[in-house]
Amino acid sequence: MSAYAELSRITKIFPTPKGPAVIVRDFDLRIARSEFVSLIGHSGCGKSTVLSMVAGLSSLSGGGMILAGRELTGPGPDRGVVFQSPCLLPWLTAYENVALGVKQVFRSASALERRQIIEYYLTVVGLGDAMHQKPAQLSQGMRQRVGIARAFALSPKMLLLDEPFGMLDSITRFELQEVLMKLWKRKAITALMVTHDVDEALFLSDRIVMMTNGPAAEVGDILEVKFPRPRVRADVLAHPDYRRLREHLMNFLEVRAHRPDPVVAVAPTPAPQPHEEREKIAA
Amino acid sequence: MARPFLELKNVSKRFGPNEVLRDVNLSVSEGEFVAIVGYSGSGKTTLVNLIAGLLTPDSGQVLLNGTGIAGPGPDRGVVFQNYSLLPWLTVAENIALAVDRVNPNWPAARRREHVAKNIALVNLSAAAGKRPAELSGGMKQRVAVARALAMDPKILLLDEPLSALDALTRATLQDEIERLRGESGKTILLITNDVDEGILLADRIIPLSAGPGATLGPAVAVEISRPRDRKLLNTQTDYHAIRREVLGYLLGPGGRRAVKVSRLLVLPEIEPDDLDSKFPGTPRPLRAREVHREEMNIGL
Repeated sequence: MSAYAELSRITKIFPTPKGPAVIVRDFDLRIARSEFVSLIGHSGCGKSTVLSMVAGLSSLSGGGMILAGRELTGPGPDRGVVFQSPCLLPWLTAYENVALGVKQVFRSASALERRQIIEYYLTVVGLGDAMHQKPAQLSQGMRQRVGIARAFALSPKMLLLDEPFGMLDSITRFELQEVLMKLWKRKAITALMVTHDVDEALFLSDRIVMMTNGPAAEVGDILEVKFPRPRVRADVLAHPDYRRLREHLMNFLEVRAHRPDPVVAVAPTPAPQPHEEREKIAA
Repeated sequence: MARPFLELKNVSKRFGPNEVLRDVNLSVSEGEFVAIVGYSGSGKTTLVNLIAGLLTPDSGQVLLNGTGIAGPGPDRGVVFQNYSLLPWLTVAENIALAVDRVNPNWPAARRREHVAKNIALVNLSAAAGKRPAELSGGMKQRVAVARALAMDPKILLLDEPLSALDALTRATLQDEIERLRGESGKTILLITNDVDEGILLADRIIPLSAGPGATLGPAVAVEISRPRDRKLLNTQTDYHAIRREVLGYLLGPGGRRAVKVSRLLVLPEIEPDDLDSKFPGTPRPLRAREVHREEMNIGL
Protein backbone atom coordinates (compact mmCIF):
# COMPACT_ATOMS: atom_id res chain seq x y z
CA MET A 1 0.00 0.00 0.00
CA SER A 2 1.34 3.37 -0.96
CA ALA A 3 1.59 6.16 1.55
CA TYR A 4 -1.26 8.64 1.70
CA ALA A 5 0.95 11.36 3.09
CA GLU A 6 4.64 11.34 2.47
CA LEU A 7 7.27 13.60 3.95
CA SER A 8 10.49 13.11 2.11
CA ARG A 9 13.75 14.39 3.52
CA ILE A 10 12.18 17.59 4.77
CA THR A 11 14.69 19.98 6.22
CA LYS A 12 14.45 23.28 8.02
CA ILE A 13 17.40 25.59 8.29
CA PHE A 14 17.24 29.06 9.84
CA PRO A 15 19.97 31.55 9.00
CA THR A 16 21.56 33.04 12.11
CA PRO A 17 24.44 35.48 12.58
CA LYS A 18 26.56 32.49 13.60
CA GLY A 19 25.73 30.61 10.42
CA PRO A 20 22.82 28.40 9.43
CA ALA A 21 21.06 26.55 12.27
CA VAL A 22 19.68 23.18 11.27
CA ILE A 23 16.43 22.57 13.13
CA VAL A 24 15.18 19.54 11.24
CA ARG A 25 17.34 17.50 8.92
CA ASP A 26 16.17 14.99 6.31
CA PHE A 27 13.03 14.06 8.16
CA ASP A 28 11.23 11.13 6.51
CA LEU A 29 7.77 9.91 7.33
CA ARG A 30 5.18 7.94 5.43
CA ILE A 31 1.66 7.89 6.75
CA ALA A 32 -0.99 5.48 5.53
CA ARG A 33 -4.55 6.57 4.91
CA SER A 34 -6.57 6.83 8.13
CA GLU A 35 -3.49 6.36 10.21
CA PHE A 36 -2.97 8.40 13.38
CA VAL A 37 0.69 9.23 13.92
CA SER A 38 2.14 11.14 16.86
CA LEU A 39 5.44 12.94 17.11
CA ILE A 40 6.73 12.92 20.65
CA GLY A 41 9.77 14.68 22.02
CA HIS A 42 10.91 17.43 24.34
CA SER A 43 10.03 21.03 23.68
CA GLY A 44 12.45 22.57 21.26
CA CYS A 45 13.22 19.31 19.48
CA GLY A 46 11.69 20.56 16.23
CA LYS A 47 8.51 18.51 16.27
CA SER A 48 6.32 21.60 15.97
CA THR A 49 8.51 22.80 13.13
CA VAL A 50 7.79 19.58 11.26
CA LEU A 51 4.08 20.08 11.83
CA SER A 52 4.04 23.68 10.69
CA MET A 53 5.94 22.70 7.56
CA VAL A 54 3.29 20.09 6.79
CA ALA A 55 0.62 22.70 7.49
CA GLY A 56 2.35 24.97 4.98
CA LEU A 57 2.83 27.68 7.58
CA SER A 58 6.60 27.34 7.45
CA SER A 59 8.55 26.93 4.24
CA LEU A 60 10.82 23.99 3.54
CA SER A 61 14.56 24.46 3.27
CA GLY A 62 14.80 21.11 1.54
CA GLY A 63 12.80 18.01 0.73
CA GLY A 64 9.19 17.68 -0.33
CA MET A 65 5.77 16.60 0.81
CA ILE A 66 2.93 14.80 -0.91
CA LEU A 67 -0.62 14.44 0.36
CA ALA A 68 -3.15 12.30 -1.51
CA GLY A 69 -1.12 12.41 -4.70
CA ARG A 70 -0.54 16.16 -4.67
CA GLU A 71 2.53 18.07 -3.71
CA LEU A 72 2.07 20.42 -0.80
CA THR A 73 3.41 23.90 -1.40
CA GLY A 74 1.54 26.13 1.02
CA PRO A 75 -1.30 26.16 3.49
CA GLY A 76 -4.65 24.87 2.31
CA PRO A 77 -8.04 23.62 3.47
CA ASP A 78 -7.05 20.03 2.71
CA ARG A 79 -5.23 20.10 6.07
CA GLY A 80 -7.16 21.00 9.20
CA VAL A 81 -5.01 22.33 12.01
CA VAL A 82 -5.81 22.26 15.72
CA PHE A 83 -3.48 24.64 17.54
CA GLN A 84 -2.39 24.53 21.15
CA SER A 85 -4.45 27.60 21.88
CA PRO A 86 -7.57 27.43 19.77
CA CYS A 87 -6.96 30.78 18.04
CA LEU A 88 -10.63 31.72 17.73
CA LEU A 89 -11.69 35.14 16.56
CA PRO A 90 -12.98 36.75 19.75
CA TRP A 91 -15.65 38.88 18.08
CA LEU A 92 -17.31 35.87 16.44
CA THR A 93 -19.44 33.21 18.11
CA ALA A 94 -18.36 29.57 18.14
CA TYR A 95 -20.74 28.96 15.23
CA GLU A 96 -19.36 31.86 13.22
CA ASN A 97 -15.80 30.79 13.89
CA VAL A 98 -16.51 27.37 12.39
CA ALA A 99 -18.60 28.91 9.60
CA LEU A 100 -15.68 31.00 8.43
CA GLY A 101 -13.83 28.01 6.98
CA VAL A 102 -16.92 26.04 6.00
CA LYS A 103 -18.10 28.93 3.81
CA GLN A 104 -14.82 28.86 1.90
CA VAL A 105 -14.61 25.14 1.44
CA PHE A 106 -18.24 24.29 0.81
CA ARG A 107 -18.87 27.15 -1.57
CA SER A 108 -21.06 25.25 -3.95
CA ALA A 109 -23.13 23.70 -1.18
CA SER A 110 -26.41 25.26 -0.14
CA ALA A 111 -26.67 27.48 2.91
CA LEU A 112 -28.72 24.74 4.58
CA GLU A 113 -26.05 22.11 3.97
CA ARG A 114 -23.40 24.41 5.41
CA ARG A 115 -25.50 25.03 8.48
CA GLN A 116 -26.05 21.32 8.91
CA ILE A 117 -22.32 20.67 8.74
CA ILE A 118 -21.48 23.37 11.30
CA GLU A 119 -24.22 22.33 13.69
CA TYR A 120 -23.31 18.68 13.37
CA TYR A 121 -19.69 19.10 14.38
CA LEU A 122 -20.32 21.63 17.13
CA THR A 123 -22.97 19.36 18.63
CA VAL A 124 -20.81 16.25 18.46
CA VAL A 125 -17.98 17.99 20.35
CA GLY A 126 -20.49 18.85 23.07
CA LEU A 127 -21.32 22.46 22.26
CA GLY A 128 -24.90 21.95 21.14
CA ASP A 129 -26.14 24.51 23.64
CA ALA A 130 -23.22 26.90 23.50
CA MET A 131 -22.61 27.33 19.79
CA HIS A 132 -23.84 30.90 19.73
CA GLN A 133 -21.57 32.08 22.51
CA LYS A 134 -18.40 34.03 22.01
CA PRO A 135 -15.02 32.62 23.04
CA ALA A 136 -14.85 34.87 26.13
CA GLN A 137 -17.96 33.16 27.49
CA LEU A 138 -16.48 29.69 27.03
CA SER A 139 -14.02 27.86 29.26
CA GLN A 140 -10.65 26.97 27.85
CA GLY A 141 -11.73 23.36 27.35
CA MET A 142 -14.84 24.45 25.47
CA ARG A 143 -12.79 26.77 23.25
CA GLN A 144 -10.56 23.89 22.33
CA ARG A 145 -13.67 21.89 21.43
CA VAL A 146 -14.54 24.65 18.97
CA GLY A 147 -11.02 24.31 17.57
CA ILE A 148 -11.55 20.59 17.02
CA ALA A 149 -14.97 21.10 15.43
CA ARG A 150 -13.52 23.77 13.15
CA ALA A 151 -10.83 21.42 11.88
CA PHE A 152 -13.17 18.48 11.29
CA ALA A 153 -15.88 20.59 9.67
CA LEU A 154 -13.61 21.28 6.68
CA SER A 155 -13.51 17.53 5.91
CA PRO A 156 -9.75 17.83 5.49
CA LYS A 157 -7.64 15.09 3.95
CA MET A 158 -5.33 15.34 6.91
CA LEU A 159 -5.59 16.56 10.45
CA LEU A 160 -2.66 18.32 12.08
CA LEU A 161 -2.68 18.69 15.84
CA ASP A 162 -0.04 20.78 17.57
CA GLU A 163 -0.08 19.86 21.28
CA PRO A 164 -3.84 20.25 21.10
CA PHE A 165 -4.48 19.76 24.81
CA GLY A 166 -1.21 21.08 26.22
CA MET A 167 -2.79 24.09 27.90
CA LEU A 168 -5.57 22.19 29.64
CA ASP A 169 -5.61 20.63 33.09
CA SER A 170 -5.09 16.90 33.17
CA ILE A 171 -8.71 15.83 33.57
CA THR A 172 -10.05 18.16 30.89
CA ARG A 173 -7.27 16.79 28.71
CA PHE A 174 -8.52 13.24 29.18
CA GLU A 175 -12.03 14.43 28.45
CA LEU A 176 -11.09 16.14 25.21
CA GLN A 177 -9.03 13.20 24.03
CA GLU A 178 -12.26 11.23 24.18
CA VAL A 179 -14.11 13.91 22.25
CA LEU A 180 -11.42 13.67 19.60
CA MET A 181 -11.64 9.87 19.51
CA LYS A 182 -15.41 10.05 19.20
CA LEU A 183 -15.13 12.16 16.06
CA TRP A 184 -12.29 10.02 14.84
CA LYS A 185 -14.44 6.91 15.15
CA ARG A 186 -16.94 8.44 12.74
CA LYS A 187 -14.43 9.76 10.29
CA ALA A 188 -10.93 8.39 10.41
CA ILE A 189 -9.00 11.28 8.98
CA THR A 190 -5.29 10.75 8.52
CA ALA A 191 -3.66 12.60 11.40
CA LEU A 192 -0.32 13.87 12.56
CA MET A 193 -0.15 15.05 16.15
CA VAL A 194 2.63 16.67 18.11
CA THR A 195 2.63 16.04 21.83
CA HIS A 196 4.82 15.48 24.83
CA ASP A 197 2.16 13.68 26.81
CA VAL A 198 2.89 9.96 26.88
CA ASP A 199 -0.66 8.91 27.83
CA GLU A 200 -2.13 11.08 25.12
CA ALA A 201 0.10 9.59 22.45
CA LEU A 202 -0.70 6.05 23.55
CA PHE A 203 -4.44 6.57 23.69
CA LEU A 204 -4.77 8.21 20.29
CA SER A 205 -2.05 6.91 18.00
CA ASP A 206 -1.43 3.97 15.73
CA ARG A 207 2.22 4.85 15.60
CA ILE A 208 4.42 7.08 17.75
CA VAL A 209 7.52 8.66 16.29
CA MET A 210 10.01 9.62 18.96
CA MET A 211 12.26 12.54 18.14
CA THR A 212 15.65 13.22 19.63
CA ASN A 213 16.40 16.66 21.02
CA GLY A 214 17.34 19.36 18.57
CA PRO A 215 19.13 21.01 16.99
CA ALA A 216 19.01 18.86 13.86
CA ALA A 217 16.33 16.60 15.32
CA GLU A 218 15.82 13.21 13.82
CA VAL A 219 13.72 10.14 14.35
CA GLY A 220 14.98 8.28 17.38
CA ASP A 221 12.58 5.39 17.48
CA ILE A 222 9.19 4.33 16.23
CA LEU A 223 6.59 2.61 18.37
CA GLU A 224 3.58 0.74 16.99
CA VAL A 225 0.49 1.00 19.16
CA LYS A 226 -1.87 -1.83 18.44
CA PHE A 227 -4.67 -1.34 20.93
CA PRO A 228 -7.95 -2.33 19.26
CA ARG A 229 -10.15 0.46 17.94
CA PRO A 230 -12.52 2.01 18.80
CA ARG A 231 -10.63 2.67 21.99
CA VAL A 232 -12.16 3.02 25.41
CA ARG A 233 -10.00 4.64 28.06
CA ALA A 234 -10.49 1.98 30.70
CA ASP A 235 -9.62 -0.82 28.25
CA VAL A 236 -6.53 0.97 27.02
CA LEU A 237 -5.31 1.61 30.56
CA ALA A 238 -5.94 -2.04 31.45
CA HIS A 239 -4.32 -3.42 28.29
CA PRO A 240 -1.42 -5.75 29.11
CA ASP A 241 0.89 -3.86 26.74
CA TYR A 242 0.09 -0.41 28.13
CA ARG A 243 2.66 -0.40 30.88
CA ARG A 244 5.43 -1.69 28.67
CA LEU A 245 4.76 0.86 25.93
CA ARG A 246 4.47 3.68 28.45
CA GLU A 247 7.73 2.67 30.01
CA HIS A 248 9.39 2.54 26.62
CA LEU A 249 8.26 6.07 25.81
CA MET A 250 9.13 7.50 29.19
CA ASN A 251 12.49 5.86 29.08
CA PHE A 252 13.13 7.39 25.70
CA LEU A 253 12.16 10.85 26.92
CA GLU A 254 14.22 10.47 30.10
CA VAL A 255 17.35 9.09 28.59
CA ARG A 256 17.65 8.73 24.89
CA ALA A 257 16.05 11.97 23.76
CA HIS A 258 18.89 13.83 25.40
CA ARG A 259 22.09 13.57 23.51
CA PRO A 260 24.82 12.37 25.80
CA ASP A 261 27.13 15.17 24.78
CA PRO A 262 25.91 18.57 23.58
CA VAL A 263 28.95 18.77 21.28
CA VAL A 264 27.34 16.11 19.12
CA ALA A 265 24.77 18.67 18.03
CA VAL A 266 27.46 20.72 16.35
CA ALA A 267 29.26 17.80 14.76
CA PRO A 268 27.76 16.35 11.57
CA THR A 269 24.78 14.24 12.48
CA PRO A 270 25.07 10.50 11.94
CA ALA A 271 23.36 9.15 8.84
CA PRO A 272 19.64 8.58 9.34
CA GLN A 273 18.49 5.00 9.43
CA PRO A 274 18.03 3.51 5.96
CA HIS A 275 14.87 4.58 4.19
CA GLU A 276 13.81 1.07 3.25
CA GLU A 277 13.58 0.10 6.84
CA ARG A 278 11.28 2.94 7.79
CA GLU A 279 9.15 2.40 4.72
CA LYS A 280 8.57 -1.14 5.79
CA ILE A 281 7.20 0.09 9.06
CA ALA A 282 4.97 2.55 7.32
CA ALA A 283 3.56 -0.02 4.94
CA MET B 1 -8.35 3.95 62.21
CA ALA B 2 -8.00 6.89 64.55
CA ARG B 3 -10.83 9.24 65.43
CA PRO B 4 -11.43 11.56 62.47
CA PHE B 5 -9.56 14.82 62.81
CA LEU B 6 -11.44 16.66 60.12
CA GLU B 7 -14.94 15.56 59.40
CA LEU B 8 -17.56 16.75 56.92
CA LYS B 9 -21.06 15.41 57.41
CA ASN B 10 -23.58 15.74 54.58
CA VAL B 11 -22.30 19.16 53.64
CA SER B 12 -24.23 20.96 50.89
CA LYS B 13 -23.71 24.39 49.46
CA ARG B 14 -25.56 26.38 46.84
CA PHE B 15 -25.07 29.84 45.46
CA GLY B 16 -28.47 31.18 44.51
CA PRO B 17 -30.02 28.71 42.10
CA ASN B 18 -26.75 26.85 41.54
CA GLU B 19 -26.15 23.81 43.66
CA VAL B 20 -22.39 23.44 43.98
CA LEU B 21 -21.85 20.69 46.53
CA ARG B 22 -24.32 18.01 47.54
CA ASP B 23 -23.99 15.69 50.53
CA VAL B 24 -20.24 15.77 50.84
CA ASN B 25 -18.95 13.33 53.45
CA LEU B 26 -15.29 13.27 54.29
CA SER B 27 -13.23 12.21 57.23
CA VAL B 28 -9.51 12.76 57.52
CA SER B 29 -7.50 11.35 60.40
CA GLU B 30 -4.62 13.12 62.07
CA GLY B 31 -1.38 13.14 60.12
CA GLU B 32 -3.08 11.87 56.99
CA PHE B 33 -2.47 13.30 53.52
CA VAL B 34 -5.65 13.29 51.47
CA ALA B 35 -5.85 14.44 47.85
CA ILE B 36 -9.15 15.46 46.28
CA VAL B 37 -9.09 15.25 42.51
CA GLY B 38 -11.77 16.83 40.39
CA TYR B 39 -12.73 18.79 37.30
CA SER B 40 -12.20 22.51 37.14
CA GLY B 41 -15.36 24.30 38.10
CA SER B 42 -16.67 21.33 40.07
CA GLY B 43 -16.61 23.07 43.44
CA LYS B 44 -13.17 22.15 44.76
CA THR B 45 -12.44 25.67 45.94
CA THR B 46 -15.87 25.92 47.56
CA LEU B 47 -14.98 22.80 49.51
CA VAL B 48 -11.72 24.35 50.71
CA ASN B 49 -13.49 27.59 51.65
CA LEU B 50 -16.03 25.63 53.69
CA ILE B 51 -13.27 23.89 55.64
CA ALA B 52 -11.31 27.12 55.98
CA GLY B 53 -14.38 28.78 57.42
CA LEU B 54 -14.59 31.36 54.65
CA LEU B 55 -18.01 29.98 53.73
CA THR B 56 -20.68 28.32 55.82
CA PRO B 57 -22.52 25.25 54.57
CA ASP B 58 -26.26 25.46 53.82
CA SER B 59 -26.73 22.14 55.53
CA GLY B 60 -24.48 19.59 57.19
CA GLN B 61 -21.52 20.07 59.51
CA VAL B 62 -17.82 20.73 59.23
CA LEU B 63 -16.03 19.43 62.34
CA LEU B 64 -12.41 19.87 63.31
CA ASN B 65 -11.38 17.71 66.24
CA GLY B 66 -15.04 17.09 67.02
CA THR B 67 -16.06 20.75 67.24
CA GLY B 68 -17.86 22.75 64.59
CA ILE B 69 -16.04 25.37 62.58
CA ALA B 70 -17.31 28.87 63.27
CA GLY B 71 -15.07 30.89 60.96
CA PRO B 72 -11.55 31.14 59.68
CA GLY B 73 -8.79 30.46 62.19
CA PRO B 74 -5.06 29.87 62.49
CA ASP B 75 -5.62 26.15 63.08
CA ARG B 76 -6.22 25.80 59.33
CA GLY B 77 -3.54 27.14 57.02
CA VAL B 78 -4.67 27.73 53.45
CA VAL B 79 -2.50 27.92 50.35
CA PHE B 80 -4.40 29.38 47.42
CA GLN B 81 -3.82 28.77 43.72
CA ASN B 82 -3.20 32.48 43.07
CA TYR B 83 -0.77 32.85 46.02
CA SER B 84 -2.74 35.74 47.60
CA LEU B 85 0.32 37.66 48.79
CA LEU B 86 0.22 41.37 49.58
CA PRO B 87 2.18 42.96 46.73
CA TRP B 88 3.45 45.94 48.74
CA LEU B 89 5.06 43.78 51.42
CA THR B 90 8.29 41.82 51.20
CA VAL B 91 8.43 38.06 51.62
CA ALA B 92 9.36 38.43 55.31
CA GLU B 93 6.67 41.02 55.92
CA ASN B 94 4.01 38.89 54.29
CA ILE B 95 4.86 36.05 56.62
CA ALA B 96 5.30 38.33 59.62
CA LEU B 97 1.75 39.51 59.10
CA ALA B 98 0.50 36.03 59.87
CA VAL B 99 2.97 35.40 62.70
CA ASP B 100 2.26 38.72 64.46
CA ARG B 101 -1.44 38.13 64.27
CA VAL B 102 -1.35 34.58 65.58
CA ASN B 103 1.28 35.07 68.29
CA PRO B 104 0.85 38.66 69.52
CA ASN B 105 2.26 37.74 72.94
CA TRP B 106 5.63 36.59 71.67
CA PRO B 107 8.54 39.04 72.04
CA ALA B 108 9.45 40.71 68.76
CA ALA B 109 12.77 38.88 68.50
CA ARG B 110 11.08 35.51 68.78
CA ARG B 111 8.55 36.44 66.13
CA ARG B 112 11.32 37.59 63.79
CA GLU B 113 13.19 34.38 64.37
CA HIS B 114 10.06 32.36 63.68
CA VAL B 115 9.55 34.18 60.37
CA ALA B 116 13.16 33.54 59.35
CA LYS B 117 12.88 29.88 60.29
CA ASN B 118 9.83 29.39 58.09
CA ILE B 119 11.41 31.22 55.18
CA ALA B 120 14.39 28.92 55.47
CA LEU B 121 12.05 25.93 55.55
CA VAL B 122 10.98 26.66 51.97
CA ASN B 123 14.50 27.63 50.85
CA LEU B 124 13.76 31.29 50.29
CA SER B 125 16.18 32.94 52.74
CA ALA B 126 17.97 34.69 49.90
CA ALA B 127 14.74 36.32 48.74
CA ALA B 128 13.37 37.37 52.13
CA GLY B 129 13.61 41.08 51.31
CA LYS B 130 11.98 40.84 47.89
CA ARG B 131 8.47 41.82 46.95
CA PRO B 132 6.10 39.36 45.22
CA ALA B 133 6.47 41.06 41.84
CA GLU B 134 10.17 40.21 41.89
CA LEU B 135 9.49 36.49 42.42
CA SER B 136 8.64 33.68 40.01
CA GLY B 137 5.37 31.81 40.35
CA GLY B 138 7.06 28.90 42.07
CA MET B 139 8.75 31.21 44.58
CA LYS B 140 5.50 33.02 45.30
CA GLN B 141 3.86 29.72 46.04
CA ARG B 142 6.70 28.85 48.43
CA VAL B 143 6.01 32.10 50.29
CA ALA B 144 2.35 31.16 50.56
CA VAL B 145 3.32 27.74 51.92
CA ALA B 146 5.73 29.31 54.44
CA ARG B 147 3.05 31.74 55.55
CA ALA B 148 0.58 28.93 56.11
CA LEU B 149 3.14 26.83 58.01
CA ALA B 150 4.26 29.79 60.16
CA MET B 151 0.88 29.79 61.88
CA ASP B 152 1.59 26.22 62.92
CA PRO B 153 -1.83 25.08 61.74
CA LYS B 154 -3.32 21.72 62.67
CA ILE B 155 -4.22 21.12 59.06
CA LEU B 156 -2.83 22.46 55.82
CA LEU B 157 -5.34 23.10 53.03
CA LEU B 158 -3.67 23.25 49.65
CA ASP B 159 -6.06 24.53 47.00
CA GLU B 160 -4.53 23.63 43.63
CA PRO B 161 -1.25 25.14 44.73
CA LEU B 162 0.67 23.96 41.68
CA SER B 163 -1.86 24.31 38.86
CA ALA B 164 -0.55 27.64 37.66
CA LEU B 165 3.06 26.48 37.48
CA ASP B 166 5.01 24.89 34.65
CA ALA B 167 5.76 21.18 34.76
CA LEU B 168 9.34 21.52 35.97
CA THR B 169 8.55 23.90 38.84
CA ARG B 170 5.58 21.74 39.69
CA ALA B 171 7.80 18.72 40.10
CA THR B 172 10.22 20.65 42.35
CA LEU B 173 7.42 21.90 44.56
CA GLN B 174 5.85 18.45 44.74
CA ASP B 175 9.11 17.20 46.18
CA GLU B 176 9.07 20.15 48.57
CA ILE B 177 5.55 19.34 49.76
CA GLU B 178 6.56 15.73 50.30
CA ARG B 179 9.56 16.85 52.35
CA LEU B 180 7.44 19.21 54.48
CA ARG B 181 4.93 16.45 55.07
CA GLY B 182 7.70 14.16 56.23
CA GLU B 183 9.26 16.77 58.49
CA SER B 184 6.13 18.27 60.04
CA GLY B 185 3.82 15.24 59.99
CA LYS B 186 0.91 17.62 59.49
CA THR B 187 -2.53 16.67 58.29
CA ILE B 188 -2.76 17.86 54.71
CA LEU B 189 -5.68 18.19 52.34
CA LEU B 190 -4.58 18.74 48.77
CA ILE B 191 -6.99 19.82 46.06
CA THR B 192 -5.73 19.09 42.58
CA ASN B 193 -6.80 18.19 39.07
CA ASP B 194 -3.82 15.96 38.47
CA VAL B 195 -4.26 12.31 39.37
CA ASP B 196 -0.52 11.64 39.16
CA GLU B 197 0.17 14.43 41.65
CA GLY B 198 -2.26 12.80 44.05
CA ILE B 199 -0.64 9.39 43.66
CA LEU B 200 2.80 10.86 44.20
CA LEU B 201 1.92 12.69 47.42
CA ALA B 202 -1.19 11.40 49.12
CA ASP B 203 -2.18 8.54 51.41
CA ARG B 204 -5.65 8.57 49.98
CA ILE B 205 -7.21 9.98 46.80
CA ILE B 206 -10.85 10.95 46.65
CA PRO B 207 -12.40 11.94 43.33
CA LEU B 208 -14.89 14.82 43.27
CA SER B 209 -17.56 14.40 40.63
CA ALA B 210 -18.35 17.19 38.19
CA GLY B 211 -20.90 19.78 39.24
CA PRO B 212 -23.57 20.93 39.60
CA GLY B 213 -24.25 19.12 42.83
CA ALA B 214 -20.73 17.70 43.04
CA THR B 215 -20.02 15.05 45.60
CA LEU B 216 -17.09 12.90 46.65
CA GLY B 217 -16.66 9.49 45.06
CA PRO B 218 -15.13 6.36 46.54
CA ALA B 219 -11.75 6.92 48.18
CA VAL B 220 -8.74 5.07 46.81
CA ALA B 221 -5.91 4.27 49.21
CA VAL B 222 -2.39 4.81 47.90
CA GLU B 223 -0.29 2.14 49.51
CA ILE B 224 2.96 2.82 47.74
CA SER B 225 5.91 3.10 50.10
CA ARG B 226 7.53 6.51 50.55
CA PRO B 227 9.59 8.20 49.37
CA ARG B 228 7.92 7.76 46.01
CA ASP B 229 10.01 8.21 42.93
CA ARG B 230 8.21 9.89 40.05
CA LYS B 231 10.21 7.90 37.54
CA LEU B 232 9.75 4.55 39.19
CA LEU B 233 6.01 4.92 39.72
CA ASN B 234 5.35 3.70 36.21
CA THR B 235 6.87 0.33 37.03
CA GLN B 236 4.56 -0.19 39.98
CA THR B 237 1.40 -2.23 39.53
CA ASP B 238 -0.38 -0.27 42.25
CA TYR B 239 0.20 2.95 40.41
CA HIS B 240 -1.63 1.79 37.33
CA ALA B 241 -4.44 0.26 39.34
CA ILE B 242 -4.99 3.48 41.32
CA ARG B 243 -4.82 5.57 38.19
CA ARG B 244 -7.40 3.39 36.48
CA GLU B 245 -9.71 3.51 39.46
CA VAL B 246 -9.63 7.28 39.95
CA LEU B 247 -9.82 8.10 36.25
CA GLY B 248 -12.46 5.43 35.78
CA TYR B 249 -14.67 7.18 38.30
CA LEU B 250 -14.01 10.70 37.02
CA LEU B 251 -14.45 9.85 33.35
CA GLY B 252 -17.24 7.35 33.99
CA PRO B 253 -20.95 7.93 34.53
CA GLY B 254 -20.52 8.62 38.27
CA GLY B 255 -18.02 11.41 37.87
CA ARG B 256 -19.35 13.27 34.93
CA ARG B 257 -22.29 15.56 34.47
CA ALA B 258 -24.90 13.05 33.51
CA VAL B 259 -26.63 15.15 30.90
CA LYS B 260 -27.82 12.99 28.10
CA VAL B 261 -29.67 14.70 25.31
CA SER B 262 -30.42 13.21 21.97
CA ARG B 263 -30.61 15.39 18.94
CA LEU B 264 -31.44 14.70 15.37
CA LEU B 265 -28.53 15.89 13.28
CA VAL B 266 -27.94 15.82 9.57
CA LEU B 267 -24.47 15.57 8.13
CA PRO B 268 -24.57 16.14 4.37
CA GLU B 269 -22.41 13.59 2.59
CA ILE B 270 -20.62 16.12 0.46
CA GLU B 271 -17.00 16.73 -0.35
CA PRO B 272 -15.27 20.08 0.04
CA ASP B 273 -14.81 22.07 -3.17
CA ASP B 274 -11.40 21.96 -4.76
CA LEU B 275 -10.24 25.52 -4.31
CA ASP B 276 -7.25 24.97 -6.60
CA SER B 277 -9.44 23.80 -9.43
CA LYS B 278 -9.10 25.60 -12.73
CA PHE B 279 -12.87 25.48 -13.09
CA PRO B 280 -14.26 27.23 -10.05
CA GLY B 281 -17.89 27.52 -9.17
CA THR B 282 -19.17 23.99 -9.73
CA PRO B 283 -22.94 24.17 -9.70
CA ARG B 284 -23.24 21.72 -6.84
CA PRO B 285 -20.95 19.97 -4.35
CA LEU B 286 -19.75 16.47 -5.06
CA ARG B 287 -21.33 13.70 -3.04
CA ALA B 288 -18.92 11.52 -1.13
CA ARG B 289 -20.24 8.51 -3.05
CA GLU B 290 -19.43 10.05 -6.41
CA VAL B 291 -15.76 10.44 -5.66
CA HIS B 292 -13.54 7.56 -6.66
CA ARG B 293 -9.86 7.29 -6.30
CA GLU B 294 -8.26 5.21 -9.01
CA GLU B 295 -4.66 4.23 -9.27
CA MET B 296 -3.24 3.28 -12.65
CA ASN B 297 0.07 2.81 -14.33
CA ILE B 298 0.87 5.26 -17.05
CA GLY B 299 3.14 4.36 -19.95
CA LEU B 300 5.23 1.19 -20.18
